[in-house]
Amino acid sequence: MNHSYLEANARERIAQVLDAGSFEEFLPPAQRVVSPHLGQLDAPVSFDDGVVVGRGSLFGASVFAAAQEGGFMGGAVGEVHGAKLVGLLKRAVQERATAVLVLLETGGVRLHEANAGLIAVSEVMRAVLDTRAQNIPVIVLIGGSNGCFGGMGIVARCANVIIMSEEARLAMSGPEVIETANGVEEFDSRDRALVWRTTGGKHRYLLGDCQQLVADDIAAFRGAAKEALQAFTGTSTALTLAALEAEQTMLAERIRRFGAAVDPLEIWTGLGLSEAQSHDVAMLEADAFVALAAAYRVKG
Amino acid sequence: METLNFRFENGTRKIGLRPELVGVVSSGNLEVLIEPVDLGGACSVEIKTAARGFGAIWEAVIGDFHKRWQLADTRIAINDMGATPAVVSLRLDQAVESMVEER
Repeated sequence: MNHSYLEANARERIAQVLDAGSFEEFLPPAQRVVSPHLGQLDAPVSFDDGVVVGRGSLFGASVFAAAQEGGFMGGAVGEVHGAKLVGLLKRAVQERATAVLVLLETGGVRLHEANAGLIAVSEVMRAVLDTRAQNIPVIVLIGGSNGCFGGMGIVARCANVIIMSEEARLAMSGPEVIETANGVEEFDSRDRALVWRTTGGKHRYLLGDCQQLVADDIAAFRGAAKEALQAFTGTSTALTLAALEAEQTMLAERIRRFGAAVDPLEIWTGLGLSEAQSHDVAMLEADAFVALAAAYRVKG
Repeated sequence: METLNFRFENGTRKIGLRPELVGVVSSGNLEVLIEPVDLGGACSVEIKTAARGFGAIWEAVIGDFHKRWQLADTRIAINDMGATPAVVSLRLDQAVESMVEER
């Protein structure tokens, strides 16, 4: 049976992405490590501060994993939430995990916690790069309804691999932020087709911002994570100067080719898709889309 | 926020050994943490809710829950964001059933 990743909560996702029964949680809810800030603001807390962290196995390989709960404050990162992610990554290095899986669903920093939240996000970025430097791949999965935005969008792009569903979204500023800051003429956040064309999984896959595009199915995410893990076995996962320069070149080329485009449809035709193919993109199932994209996408 | 506490003595049914968490603290929803604790046969329920002034309704919903399950040596903690009584009852039953499944 198909289990929707989109509709599952963080605990269901982590339990089903990893081998059945293998997940062991660090700082479980019964320890009540909650946000010290939300109570002061008379706001509700959650016993896990909106993130589940721990270890388990993925097709037998020993991995560490985290899953953000998009339902709690939009998956936003507070001080404790961020510290749990950092602690998980550091422990993964100490215990030589085979990989770290990070299931992101987040609007970014939790504004209620102000600087503590911002610092937490930057510490997560550093921890991701430190983990990669120890030759442990960091694999990001995005498929929740809140997408992955803000500072955590940057965290995602610091990882070795991003796996998305077409329902997933990845960007820096969210649609409503852009509309608020620059006006509805710049970006209409209520135009859902535009929002998904601009930030959704298929666009990210065509641009090379994510490496795998899967159907909204937990088993598909699980399979893609296994593939990613295998691809990194025996190779270096560290961020190198050469990789950064290649990224810079790719981004400069992107601006040169598509900087004047006002809609992703223009980018897709610019990549070589026909007008008809570009209009079909939204309706294609994941497998058919990936087959179509193979000849045109930027390999990021 | 408002905090409510309930305690029911002389329960008859014990629960599993591993604490369980069900639900999510999101709008119209709640999380329920259920744990075995030696309370001399009692079941305690602590509720932290964002919706003030609904003590009487919580008392009725939690009272019904206790009648259904008669739990002993059980501590239940709830973080609520305005869930309706029906949702609260379903989550409480889900929490107990997640314990029963494990045994």
